[in-house]
Amino acid sequence: MPINYYLFLAIALFSIGVVGVLTRRNAIIIFMCIELMLNAVNLLLVAFSKMHYKQAAAAAIPIANPGIDGQLFVFFIMVVAAAEVSVGLAIIVMLYRNIHSVDINFLNRLKH
Amino acid sequence: MQSSFQLAFLIPLLPLIGFLINGLGRNQLSKQWSGLIGAGTIMGSFLVSLFIFQSVESGNTAVVSYFDFIRIEGLRIPFAFQIDALSSLFLLIITGIGFLIHVYSISYMHEESSSSFARYFSYLNLFVFSMLLLVLGSNYVVLFIGWEGVGLCSYLLIGFWFKNQVYTKAANKAFIMNRIGDLAFLLAIFWLIIKTGSASFQEVFEFVQGNQGTSKFTATDITVVSLLLFIGATGKSAQLPLYTWLPDAMAGPTPVSALIHAATMVTAGIYMIARSNIIYSLAPFTLTLISWVGLATALLAATIALRQYDIKKVLAYSTVSQLGFMFLALGSGAYVAAVFHVLTHAFFKALLFLGSGSVIHAMGGEQDIRKMGGLSGKLKITYVTFLIGCLAIAGLPPLSGFFSKDAILLSAFLHQPLQYGIALFTAFLTAFYMFRLLFLTFHGSFRGTAEQQAHLHESPALMTIPLIVLALLSVVGGWIGIPAVLMHEADWLGSFLAPVLSSSTHEVSHATEWMLMSLSVVGVLLTIGFAWFLFRNYRERESKGLLRFFEHKWYVDELYDRLIVKPIFYLGRLLKEWVEPRFIDALVNGVGKTVQLAGRQIRFLQSGQIGSYVLLMVLAMVTVLLVQFFIRK
Amino acid sequence: MSISAILFWVLSVAALFSALMVVTSRNPIHSVIWLIVTFFAISGHYILLNAQFLAVVNIIVYAGAIMVLFLFVIMLMNLNKESEPARHRWLQLAGGVSGGALLLVLVAALKDTELKSQQSLMLEGNTGLIKTLGQELFSNYVIPFELSSILFLSAMVGAVLIGKKD
Repeated sequence: MPINYYLFLAIALFSIGVVGVLTRRNAIIIFMCIELMLNAVNLLLVAFSKMHYKQAAAAAIPIANPGIDGQLFVFFIMVVAAAEVSVGLAIIVMLYRNIHSVDINFLNRLKH
Repeated sequence: MQSSFQLAFLIPLLPLIGFLINGLGRNQLSKQWSGLIGAGTIMGSFLVSLFIFQSVESGNTAVVSYFDFIRIEGLRIPFAFQIDALSSLFLLIITGIGFLIHVYSISYMHEESSSSFARYFSYLNLFVFSMLLLVLGSNYVVLFIGWEGVGLCSYLLIGFWFKNQVYTKAANKAFIMNRIGDLAFLLAIFWLIIKTGSASFQEVFEFVQGNQGTSKFTATDITVVSLLLFIGATGKSAQLPLYTWLPDAMAGPTPVSALIHAATMVTAGIYMIARSNIIYSLAPFTLTLISWVGLATALLAATIALRQYDIKKVLAYSTVSQLGFMFLALGSGAYVAAVFHVLTHAFFKALLFLGSGSVIHAMGGEQDIRKMGGLSGKLKITYVTFLIGCLAIAGLPPLSGFFSKDAILLSAFLHQPLQYGIALFTAFLTAFYMFRLLFLTFHGSFRGTAEQQAHLHESPALMTIPLIVLALLSVVGGWIGIPAVLMHEADWLGSFLAPVLSSSTHEVSHATEWMLMSLSVVGVLLTIGFAWFLFRNYRERESKGLLRFFEHKWYVDELYDRLIVKPIFYLGRLLKEWVEPRFIDALVNGVGKTVQLAGRQIRFLQSGQIGSYVLLMVLAMVTVLLVQFFIRK
Repeated sequence: MSISAILFWVLSVAALFSALMVVTSRNPIHSVIWLIVTFFAISGHYILLNAQFLAVVNIIVYAGAIMVLFLFVIMLMNLNKESEPARHRWLQLAGGVSGGALLLVLVAALKDTELKSQQSLMLEGNTGLIKTLGQELFSNYVIPFELSSILFLSAMVGAVLIGKKD
């Protein structure tokens, strides 16, 4: 598949995530939208990885494991995302316990 | 280096220490202690100066460098002292006369409270410190530090009785007038540094001599620098057109007038020009200008002095007039004669001022000579010493003033016979007004109140001893420069100063010299006789015509007021009432208001809502990408 | 059209549609379910790109662990109803417009890249196999790998610390 398609697909997913973050008030949904954005990036990384693989296969001098960095990046992004979710959800739970809501409109303490 | 030169730093340091002790401890020290510290430190400096003078006389000179005052790329200004004939001579004048005046002040100022007594001595010490720095500095920058220091001390001491508004105004006047000259001096220093890359005398003079006339230092440069330096000197040394501060400076205590406004500070300009004589020798136009300015000042001040009634004012104008003589000598290229006159003038003018202080002391603060008269009986020592001072300033042999004034007249005669004529006339005027002062003060009948008459007394020993010492010096001080025509192997001063000052090499026949001398002596004697005839028995008369003009000081102050002060005041009022509120305030407040308004609006962006922050972030990203997109296109 | 191209389009449409549903669903539970569908679609893409390891990990970690965690939290808070009040209409509009603007700008910026003609290899290559990735991970990337374990540990401690009742 042309890399362009993956590019546009990833952009579209990412933008949907952004719209979600901007339009929703529920902190958990916003969190999920962030995950969506991360996944869009992941998808693009894998696509690029395979693009490099193809380029390297056509090149005269072969290199070991072409494009593997991109996939490892995805792996580490998943690691970070998992850690982030665990901490983020803990924060949301604590938040709910304190203000009995996950509406981010109530989270305007930054003003003070 | 000569071992005694290693002590040179003590000369200015001792008065500085005295200043610090007296200034900081003024509320604790008793009067005896402050007087002792004040006079003692100057005494110490005087002794060190004597050592150094001896060493210099046997032919040693040196530049003693202590540390780098300024060091930047391409310019190095060391804090260094130049010890040579000229500076060592001035050191002796400053510390010697300074010491006598300190001693005199202990008695003169005894009525002050102990804290202001100490303040007085601390100022006096600071002044001596600055003056010594001025004389010792081996470059124009150190000289300028001292130059500013004496200006400051002059301001402080003129306004010493600062509760009197007239006095503080006189102090302001002195300071501002000096500033005008200082500005020119500063410009000259900058000019020299830019052109020669150095401020030290040796390097500058070598450079100027080596490159004069070339593109590195053109004739224009020489003229401009010498003119700027001269303007600086007119401020400090009270020449036309900046002389008006000096008569007003008599607001300060009388010993201050003697020290600052007669013996030392006002000679700073002479010293500076004499020090820069190498530059001046290359600037004939400036020299001519200097001689004419000096002569005009001498004549103007002498005519004003004819009709003054304040004893100190007469002496002040006399000082201005004598300074004019010195500038005449400088302009004629007779630097030695100028320095010689500085020396003798320091003796007899300090004597006259201190004598007038003694008179004022006896009269209980009265300074108007119309209310004096016949004091010779009560104030014998003062009278005799004052008489010697008058004879010396009038220029009768063998007193000191005769020799120095004769040297100046001779140089003027060689330079420009017309100038000689005017100078001679001015010398007669000098004799006339001085003896008018003497006769009005000490002869005739007493014209003051009975209370004052009962109070008349001779001053205490602390005041009369400096008078006697100075009187002796006024008599013998001129013998160091007796011209060759009168004595074999004479003119010690000329040969002493020869390494520093280029002397004029004109030869003149002995007959001419004899003739000039006898002319001035006879003229002075006749003038004194005329004064005796007029003022032996003084009666008050309304002055008319030209005399009235003289009495009002040629209306110079009024002229300056109209031409400069009033327009500046109007300009200031214009700026204050119109420009400031309309433009500057509007601008400044406008900036404040704009920011406040903007802040009030922008504040809403900081809602604290996470959503709005995210929205802004996304918008910013869009903007950045848009910009990048279009730029790439 | 080859089978893989057909699969690509199907998966893409599924991913986009389910992503839109995530954003638009009123009920959080539905959002979670739709997100899981999205993840499955993306995993399908991974398989198409022969990145099998990542496809499996995506399903296990994201669709399995993380989304379960989300569900768990939502259930815990009893949010499984359409309780969320709608945002201000203008703000919603602004959010939609700026998100759309971002999409437009990104597309416009990347439309004419020189990568345009490049292809992504599908169904081939051994890069995405567990063997290759594992060797790389435990040789060249061993330090980041170990560091990520520390990250997890600290995240775990942080979550416990934040979540515990005072």
